[in-house]
Amino acid sequence: MKISLRHTLIGGLATLFVASASAAEIELLNVSYDPTREFYREYNAAFSKHWSELKGDEVRVRQSHGGSGSQARSVIDGLDADVVTLALAYDVDALRQQADLIPENWQSRLPDNSSPYTSTIVLLVRKGNPKNIRDWDDLVRDDVEVITPNPKTSGGARWNYLAAWGYALNKFDGDEDKTYQFISKLFQNVPVLDSGARGATNTFVQRGLGDVFIAWENEAFLSVEQLGKGEFEIVVPSVSILAEPPVTVVDKNVDRKGTREVAEAYLGYLYSDEAQRLAGQHYYRPSNPEIGKEFADSFPDVELFRIDDVFGGWQKAQDTHFNDGGKFDSILEEISRR
Amino acid sequence: MSVAKKRRVIPGFGLTMGFTLFYLSFIFLIPVGGLLLYTSMMSWEDFWRAVSHPQVVASYKLSFGAALIGATINLVFGALVAWVLVRYRFPGKKLIDALVDLPFALPTAVAGIALVTLYASSGWVGQYLQIAGIKVAYTQLGVVVALTYIGLPFVVRTVQPVLEDLEAEREEASASLGASRFTTIRRVILPSLLPALMTGYALAFARAVGEYGSVVFISGNMPYRTEITPLLIVAKAEQFDYHGAAAIGTVMLLAAFALLLLINGLQWWTSRRGV
Amino acid sequence: MTTTTASGVSQQHEANPELSARWRRATEEPVWIRWTLITIALTFLGLFLVLPLLVVLYGAFEQGLGVWFAAINEPDAWAAIRLSLLVVVIVVPINVLFGVAAAWAIAKHEFRGKPILISLIDMPFAISPVVVGLIFVILFGSQGWLGPWLAAHDIRIIFAVPGIIIVIAFGTMPFIARELIPLMQQQGKEEEEASLTLGANGWKTFWYVTLPNIKWGLIYGIILCNARALGEFGAVAVVSGRIRGETNTMPLHIEVLYNEYMFTAAFAVSSLLTGLALVTIAIKSFVEWLDERSRESTAISHEGAVS
Repeated sequence: MKISLRHTLIGGLATLFVASASAAEIELLNVSYDPTREFYREYNAAFSKHWSELKGDEVRVRQSHGGSGSQARSVIDGLDADVVTLALAYDVDALRQQADLIPENWQSRLPDNSSPYTSTIVLLVRKGNPKNIRDWDDLVRDDVEVITPNPKTSGGARWNYLAAWGYALNKFDGDEDKTYQFISKLFQNVPVLDSGARGATNTFVQRGLGDVFIAWENEAFLSVEQLGKGEFEIVVPSVSILAEPPVTVVDKNVDRKGTREVAEAYLGYLYSDEAQRLAGQHYYRPSNPEIGKEFADSFPDVELFRIDDVFGGWQKAQDTHFNDGGKFDSILEEISRR
Repeated sequence: MSVAKKRRVIPGFGLTMGFTLFYLSFIFLIPVGGLLLYTSMMSWEDFWRAVSHPQVVASYKLSFGAALIGATINLVFGALVAWVLVRYRFPGKKLIDALVDLPFALPTAVAGIALVTLYASSGWVGQYLQIAGIKVAYTQLGVVVALTYIGLPFVVRTVQPVLEDLEAEREEASASLGASRFTTIRRVILPSLLPALMTGYALAFARAVGEYGSVVFISGNMPYRTEITPLLIVAKAEQFDYHGAAAIGTVMLLAAFALLLLINGLQWWTSRRGV
Repeated sequence: MTTTTASGVSQQHEANPELSARWRRATEEPVWIRWTLITIALTFLGLFLVLPLLVVLYGAFEQGLGVWFAAINEPDAWAAIRLSLLVVVIVVPINVLFGVAAAWAIAKHEFRGKPILISLIDMPFAISPVVVGLIFVILFGSQGWLGPWLAAHDIRIIFAVPGIIIVIAFGTMPFIARELIPLMQQQGKEEEEASLTLGANGWKTFWYVTLPNIKWGLIYGIILCNARALGEFGAVAVVSGRIRGETNTMPLHIEVLYNEYMFTAAFAVSSLLTGLALVTIAIKSFVEWLDERSRESTAISHEGAVS
């Protein structure tokens, strides 16, 4: 027993030393959200290769994944991220508002609103579409159970909510009250509110709960292709939102660590043909239209609206809908009184 | 023998008490004091608004209510399990004994996943309960199940050593004095176990109130119905509302402390009366 | 109640079968009650302990030993295992020291405010892991009170190993103390007082009188503390930063795997974690066995001396 304890201790300490010793080579920390793991694992390898060919230096990219909001919070509280690649601009903007880690113009520093890949919100249904779900309207039917995570804790869920809201607003010709009723009705059909997008996927896929799952397009593809082949179908709604997961260098951190050059190159390379193709393979829509054409078969044409056009930007959407006392809170309250 | 004389006899009070207080301050009092100070920087109105919102109040009811039920289930069954493990022989006893600690060993998230796999309406147990019309997963009952699970080892493990240590002579003496088995259990065994039972109850309750990881998988997290307080704290923190999170955290902390104080005070009082 | 003396009864009951039956009735339960109790206890444990464990084991080994082994033998998994073991090696001894000291002070002495002190020791159980994490973020985070100073001196606490150790030490603080306090209270202090009256000093008394008495409680405490230190999740999740291969403990790594839809791997690491936590139980059984053997041998030598 003594021996194994000592080994453990030595092993543990060795890990610590190794960790600090390897800090001499170039290291980047990419703080991201849950669904990007598979993509960035491959992208990191591609970038390392690219960088060593270009400069001869070895780059090791460390990864951290979690819910988008809690990841942003960690960076604000001192997690040493060189770059963040999060689910929504609101979470990235918090780095500026809460901790002044990035400049105000961060979103215009890279092309396409700093979103090298985009996605949208689609509907995932069970094989054969037994409840015949075609569009957002079917989600407010009495006989349909809807799975979506909680917009308060999940970035993906906020996209879901806004996509449905945007559709309803369009349908009711801008009538806010009717739109509100529509969303309220939709959430009455939600039996479980998971805290994160991946938790909700598991509820729908593993637990078999619900008739329709509102999901990121890339997550829906993942479910169809890998989780349960042939068990699910994707239903593309008539209108949806253009989800732009933004990326940025965390200026305060890279300037302190002296990693700005690599960090900027790391994000810049996301727009390269190679990375764009990689994004497409991982079911993200490439922002480069040329590469996008290569994947035209996999991504159906949807009428997409932007959050800026319908909601006046993330900050406003957050204030009106998701903050305490916002519309989502009053929907919940209304449902609880039923 | 007077209390003062006893204290003089056994040495080491200064040393042990000193170390206890030092460590307690370092690891516990200073951080918790920090939280209270942080909360106290809020204005009274902000604090009140954060902690008295109907959604938050509904979550208190669920968290404390389910924790009380879970701890009570554990009190009854935990005592029984400890008794059976110490006093009786049956095949597989050693293995069962080893398994009692499982709820601590499994990370709470794994426990939550395992429980929902079992008790969801498609699960191993859930499908049969479904027939009986009982729904566990994604209901308040699911919260109780999770909280019972994570608090299970407490009562067993506090009662077990005391029971092992209980001298057979006292039971024999009671029996020889003509007491029935029931009377012996009630008058001799139970009073000796009482401090341990109360401790186990207090700990199981305390642990259950704050539990997060396992519950979120099985509760369904519906606001006003199956949403526990720790989840609301997480939600506040994720919206960068640390003050709101700290305020609710403080309420939970004070309520838990008051309940623990009540239980520990009660136990101290009964043990003094018993002497 | 009758006033027959104990010796009188024991003499009588050997002669009188009816009394002997009554004696047994009074010191143990009838067989049917015994088996009913065992059945209830086992049903309860089956539903709450065995079935969840089976779910984990089933998930872990569903696809065979090879897949299980591949899930464990992976750099990130190893890093998580090493980190978790490092935490245990640091946290458990500290808690043993604290637990014994606190139990000695509380159980063997009388002082004012004892329930308050005990309640304070219980508190880490009652504080939601989430709040524990929040507390240390408020203290050590870069927006927190000590954060700027720590950053200026390049000291990393949260989002690094020290932070993980601190939150786990916080969460496991009560285990050993709370195991020992009721036990030592129940034992009273007569034996220590006798030892001291006979001239032994405090350390000797503790070592030869108290420690053997509290051995089982201490071992139980260590088992619980070890298990909890390995399994702690909520608080660590807040302060770890989730850097793969660096600040992910085993529970966090399991969550990562689960969220990557690698269910088999997640359950495989869970089963290993469970195994690690149960190692202490094996040690306990071994100590028990040693104990029994030494007791038997002393009993034999004792008998020899008498005859």
